[in-house]
Amino acid sequence: MTCGAWRTRRWGGVLGAAVWLMACASAPAPDTRRSGFDFMSPATQAMQRDDSQNPAMLWVQEGASLWERKAGRSALACADCHAAAASSMRGVASRYPAFDTASQQPLTLGQRINQCRERRQQAGVLVPESLAWLGLESFVAMQSRGLPMDPPVDARLAPFVQRGAQLFEQRMGQLDLSCAQCHTQRAGQRLGGSVIPQAHATGYPIYRLEWQGMGSLQRRIRNCMTGVRAEPFAFGGPEMVALELYLAVRARGLAVETPAVRP
Amino acid sequence: MARTLINLPPAPKQGDVIEVRTLIAHPMESGYRPGADGKVLPRDLIRRFSCLYDDGTSREQVFQAELHAAIAANPYLTFPLLVTGAGTLTLVWEGDNGFTQTESVALRLG
Amino acid sequence: MRAPHGVTLAQGPTRRNLLTAGAGLGAALLATRSVCAADLPPELAVAVLGFARGAPVREGRVALEIAELVENGNAVPVTVSVSSPMTASDHVVALALFNERNPQRDVFSARLGPRSGRARVSTRIRLATSQKLVAVARMNDGSCWSRSVDVIVTLAACIEGDG
Repeated sequence: MTCGAWRTRRWGGVLGAAVWLMACASAPAPDTRRSGFDFMSPATQAMQRDDSQNPAMLWVQEGASLWERKAGRSALACADCHAAAASSMRGVASRYPAFDTASQQPLTLGQRINQCRERRQQAGVLVPESLAWLGLESFVAMQSRGLPMDPPVDARLAPFVQRGAQLFEQRMGQLDLSCAQCHTQRAGQRLGGSVIPQAHATGYPIYRLEWQGMGSLQRRIRNCMTGVRAEPFAFGGPEMVALELYLAVRARGLAVETPAVRP
Repeated sequence: MARTLINLPPAPKQGDVIEVRTLIAHPMESGYRPGADGKVLPRDLIRRFSCLYDDGTSREQVFQAELHAAIAANPYLTFPLLVTGAGTLTLVWEGDNGFTQTESVALRLG
Repeated sequence: MRAPHGVTLAQGPTRRNLLTAGAGLGAALLATRSVCAADLPPELAVAVLGFARGAPVREGRVALEIAELVENGNAVPVTVSVSSPMTASDHVVALALFNERNPQRDVFSARLGPRSGRARVSTRIRLATSQKLVAVARMNDGSCWSRSVDVIVTLAACIEGDG
């Protein structure tokens, strides 16, 4: 029931106002969150929508072939344990970052893949931002495409989510800007010629037109930090993982878009 | 071996005009871009693309393109093709530093 | 050598002689709008005329699909198409795309024929800045057609370093 519908009824001034206020308070606020997709030009949107045009599919293809490739002393391929990724990996990426009992810390999807490589396959770890790393991560995450972001509601993650929120709100760099100042307060406004998106990390790894290639969320965050003239957080470091976790929680319910295209 | 992705409609009929969509992983380094150290990165481009069509009767080049530095990285290129028979498409990309990549794609009729 | 419309020959026959000789042809050419040197910056005109191999270049038959406002000049989708039956007696032999303000004028060129079925090529290009693009088609009878579009680019592509 909308507030407007209440207004049309004749309930007398004060009583009517009180009921109207209660109705407005209990009506769910509309979700104003929008994916970065909505802020892109139609041409870039078309590039993402069509798998036969999306340059990110060149990395997904690499991931698909790595999935089948035997690796390490175990001579096991991902497929040997996980069979077809389309079924076994469906919904997995949407539930990351997750809590890792062994290290007592949150783990990103990329870190989890490396954990598998090291412990199960007894193979070398993948170098962050390498073709293999981005290929496998985008291939696995794509199996959750269309599903809502759903990071685990785990009490053990709470302090890390909080740390991520803190970092998001914290002013940094010579320009002394926080993520929130652009992406929460000024989303939809312009920075130079570009529209500022809300920074919901729903499509990573992405093909970024500015990079002319594929990259992770952490690479993108480092770009932003360089942009405000701050020393970027280290790849895989605690700040990055906390931020990834916070961003996933902040985007809860929005659809996974991997592999996305972004300007 | 550069990664390529080629898309054709799954079951074209004789006489159809189809669109062949190609993607290839390649930096298409323009020769104008400075690297992290400020020095310009050397030009490294795909220069030519061609498609040979063997329709069971003849084997002919049906499309050819010359690409320049203004083509975006990881080149996406689509071209039209009149289906004259089931057979094979041979796609060839050639470029700087001896780059060459050949892909064969079966063209099956629906 | 025929003088393409809009270009003045510096040497050889006098302008008057040429104008007289080509009067009939010239009148016919003046009737259709041409996209030659008169309308284009010199380097771009030279590139277009070079592709045309001396034939007059008329505006029409070519469609150039591209966003008029581009958010990132690193990868801009573009489609060049020509209305043509693509029969043995009437088809596009080649098409090309030229730009105004990148370090080089050429973007791409393609050879087509009756076995193409239609004249339509798509790709993604780099645009260094806001500029004019010209697509040109050469037909089997030697005639040339073109279309130009002005594109606004909000971020440079070619010349900037890595972010």
